Amino acid sequence: MALLDVKDLSVTFATPEGTVNAVNGVTFALDKGETLGIVGESGSGKSQLSFAIMGLLAKNGTATGSVIFDGKEILNAPPKVIGPIRAMKIAMIFQDPMTSLNPYMRVADQMAEVLTHHKGMAKAEAVTEAVRMLDAVKIPDAKGRVHLYPHEFSGGMRQRVMIAMSLLGRPELLIADEPTTALDVTVQAQIMKLLSELQRDFGMATILITHDLGVVAGFCEDVLVLYGGQVMEKSPVEPLFQMPAHPYSKGLLKAIPRVDQEGDELDSIPGSPPNMTNAPKGCPFAPRCDYVRDDCRERLNPLTQFAPDRWRACNRTLEEIA
Amino acid sequence: MLVYIAKRLAVAVPTLMLLIIISFLLMHAAPGGPFTQERQLPAQVLANLEAKYGLDQPLWKQLASYVWGIIAHFDFGPSFIYKDRTVNEIVAQGFPVTLYYGFLSFLVAVFVGVSLGIAAAIRHNTWLDYLAVGVSIGAQVLPNFVMAPILLLTFTYWLRWLPGGGWEGGQWQYVIMPVIALSTSFMASIARITRASMLEVLTSNHIRTARAKGLPERKVIMRHALKPALLPVLSYLGPAFVTMITGSVVVDFFFSTGGIGKSFVDSALNRDYAVMLGITILVGSLTILFNLVVDILYAWIDPKIRY
Repeated sequence: MALLDVKDLSVTFATPEGTVNAVNGVTFALDKGETLGIVGESGSGKSQLSFAIMGLLAKNGTATGSVIFDGKEILNAPPKVIGPIRAMKIAMIFQDPMTSLNPYMRVADQMAEVLTHHKGMAKAEAVTEAVRMLDAVKIPDAKGRVHLYPHEFSGGMRQRVMIAMSLLGRPELLIADEPTTALDVTVQAQIMKLLSELQRDFGMATILITHDLGVVAGFCEDVLVLYGGQVMEKSPVEPLFQMPAHPYSKGLLKAIPRVDQEGDELDSIPGSPPNMTNAPKGCPFAPRCDYVRDDCRERLNPLTQFAPDRWRACNRTLEEIA
Repeated sequence: MLVYIAKRLAVAVPTLMLLIIISFLLMHAAPGGPFTQERQLPAQVLANLEAKYGLDQPLWKQLASYVWGIIAHFDFGPSFIYKDRTVNEIVAQGFPVTLYYGFLSFLVAVFVGVSLGIAAAIRHNTWLDYLAVGVSIGAQVLPNFVMAPILLLTFTYWLRWLPGGGWEGGQWQYVIMPVIALSTSFMASIARITRASMLEVLTSNHIRTARAKGLPERKVIMRHALKPALLPVLSYLGPAFVTMITGSVVVDFFFSTGGIGKSFVDSALNRDYAVMLGITILVGSLTILFNLVVDILYAWIDPKIRY
């Protein structure tokens, strides 16, 4: 049985301008210890997908479908059910470490809170555990710095604090929502290396949400390519990089700068992501697709398997888009 | 921190000086004087009176001797109207009264206002929110000079529950109506500020983190949202506190409490220069003091602020 089983998950937001369909019928599963990358441009719905799993949608958001974790339905679960799962079974780290930690609380208090609340640990004991975890994420002088406030740490260090905090409950699943986007490039590499080591050491399943296919290549076994809130392609990492099976994946790959190729201009996908308030009824990528045909605009392409472990949502043949 | 406080207090001295000079000049620029009456006093009597109170001196000399009196003897001079009373006596008699009902009003306004604001924010766009917003708008647009007579009519005239005025050393039945009349509009402002700021804080990233930690909503609010949500309330509370403890002419007038709120307005109408300046200095000093207190509290709440 899969650890996490997401079926036909949709997220909509009621806004004054109308209903925004942020996520449309996403289905995937994740086994214990597996790593999955969810890739897409901003606005592709990847963050909202993870918030829906955690029950953290904004108040005007509605999620439908099903999310089974460890055999239990957790989508839209009441606080009594989802509360003990958060931090202890599924933990999450966020994009912006500058604002995701509470600026008014000492790191020790923020971290200890996880253990005092969920495990009924005494404060002193919880702080000791927090220091141990800060050591694990390689924060120098963790013992001395645990009593500092978040603003007394650099951006990279704050993300380490965030990661340490998320690991306190020894979660079985870690959702990392663009953990390195707000950091500078050298720090990004350090954090990804750290995450990858921790993922191995703790043996936890991980969902890495990112817009950076390069990051996915180094970290994940499987990739879910999301566009307009829909899965465009689902594949193990290597075959996707060798032979992307969807025009959108192709475009994303071409947009990665490569130092080993004599540089013409960097490719980009023309146009911009769809406005999800009035999503087109056909393939969401159709308006920007090089291989578009009339029928692409008419109806949605279902996600279909075309190779072992590989799915795609495109009605052109592989040869046509090669 | 101590250096900062010392600096702020040092700046307070010239600020107060400026306040004294400006009010002094404005007061003397207003037409009439303390001895102007409907029936003209004989010129000689007026001259003698003015000589007695030093009003025949040049303005700068009057100002200098007034300031010197404060610095040297903490003497704010005699009242120009009540012949046998000094400003110190008038303030000493009236200020404890306003301090008492003002402080109580402050506690009520903060407690009810903050609770109402938080409740409205948590139950955003529900009947509770609309009720809280409705109540606070109602309370804010109802001026206390309308509120006071309504209270008097209801509780004294119709229900005969409470005495219609007086102070009697601050017994509770004399304090209730002044406190309600004074606290209502402040309570409404505090509720509105708390609600708006809490709504904003609840959408911030670190609140999402707190929720992702699996904390129950009550803990998220109390431990993570309350402090930042109260910061804007705090900056409102400094000046509001001073306004409340220095009383209100409306409260003093309708409930005959004998506070300095009424003395202040009377002194202005009567050109009782010394009383008016004395109370102005009192309000000014308290304002400076409590703005400082607010700044210190800010540093206590927000670790990023260090002086």
